[in-house]
Amino acid sequence: MSGVLVSTTINGDAVEFACPQNETLLNSLRDRVGLTGVKEGCGTGDCGACSITLDGRLVCSCLVLSAEANGREIGTVEGIAQGDKLHPLQEKFIEHAALQCGICTPGFLVAAKSLLERNPNPSEEEIRYGLAGNLCRCTGYDKIVRAVQAAAKEMRKK
Amino acid sequence: MRYESPTTTKAAATLLAREKGQADVLAGGTDLLVRMRMGMSEPDLIVDIKRIPAMCQIKVAAAGTKIGAGVTGFELGENKALKKLWPGVVEATNLIGSDQIQGRCTMVGNLCNASPAADSVPALIAAGASAIVVGPDKRRTVKVEKIVTGPGQTSLMKGEVIEAITLPKRPRNSSDAYLRFIPRTEMDIAVVGAAVNLTLERGRVKTARVVLGAVAPTAILVPAAAKAIVGTKLDKEALAKLAAACSAACSPIDDRRGTIEYRTRVAGVMARRAAEIAFKRAGGGK
Repeated sequence: MSGVLVSTTINGDAVEFACPQNETLLNSLRDRVGLTGVKEGCGTGDCGACSITLDGRLVCSCLVLSAEANGREIGTVEGIAQGDKLHPLQEKFIEHAALQCGICTPGFLVAAKSLLERNPNPSEEEIRYGLAGNLCRCTGYDKIVRAVQAAAKEMRKK
Repeated sequence: MRYESPTTTKAAATLLAREKGQADVLAGGTDLLVRMRMGMSEPDLIVDIKRIPAMCQIKVAAAGTKIGAGVTGFELGENKALKKLWPGVVEATNLIGSDQIQGRCTMVGNLCNASPAADSVPALIAAGASAIVVGPDKRRTVKVEKIVTGPGQTSLMKGEVIEAITLPKRPRNSSDAYLRFIPRTEMDIAVVGAAVNLTLERGRVKTARVVLGAVAPTAILVPAAAKAIVGTKLDKEALAKLAAACSAACSPIDDRRGTIEYRTRVAGVMARRAAEIAFKRAGGGK
């Protein structure tokens, strides 16, 4: 199988990599670019652990071919903090203990950031619907919802 | 596997027609990549249609609306003019999957995947939508209800690809609605889906189209249900007749999501409620 050369922007940096034509963006990000914050849960778009943004839109990277990402902009959890300064969502996830094993956390952070960009003041119901594409088997979701509410409040102050 | 991303519909059709092995169209990939991952599909060629400008546009007008095959659910939901004119079509598509799926999934993908439970399909059929089908040599316009022929089966021929969906002229005092029943509130597959599209005249239903999903091998248009409400102000008796006509039209499967009896009964209930919503949206009951 011949490969494909993919030129993208990831978290603001120009990145180029080569991969097989049938490789998913999830696998390329983890194994070729070294961004292991993107997690594989189900691999079929149900769990959201591989959530990224593609041209600013929230998607599951397991359902995107890397070849499709040529010329597109990708955002991952690694781009959420500004240097050593954590994003309010990250701070509130820690404060509210909104994680246990942590596998789902990068996906939740990327999805929650996308949600708050579209809706800075979501109701609890809107948060629960907005994060319905992210599964967590540890927390029972409540702490995650509280953390997102607290982060939204913090972000609205700025 | 070879990946191609042509920039015209004709080039896409030619690639699909020339491939001797299995060729698949990639729009959002929310069904295709899952099938590949599960080992249910091993295409030799994937034709990504998202670099084709004509497939990525929405043109909304009362005289007729056109939605490209690569337009995502999210983009439909963002389009206020479309939502106002065809709220049922938009709400049906927006029910598919999570926000992550909405960022990728398309109506045409939902149609060509040909699941009996596809949410957008009943709404499109109720709307009187057509598909613009492009082959290597010619284009044809096909009513959406003629595309799906059975579970996982379509009437598209080798080399044909759907470029866009067109929605007809929208008369005044018209609206539509789609409702589905699932055992939870989000992220599930329809046990029953019902779409109603209607036009009012002097407060009465002038024309209507009623379509059910997930209760037969394909989405089904139920003319008897439409007939039950035409000429009425959607009074109780008309709604009861509509519900009975819908239940009578069902030939569902029996599975763990819903029994035959259950689906048959709920189809009537969903259609009745969808009719009430569409009626209100069209300005009825004032």
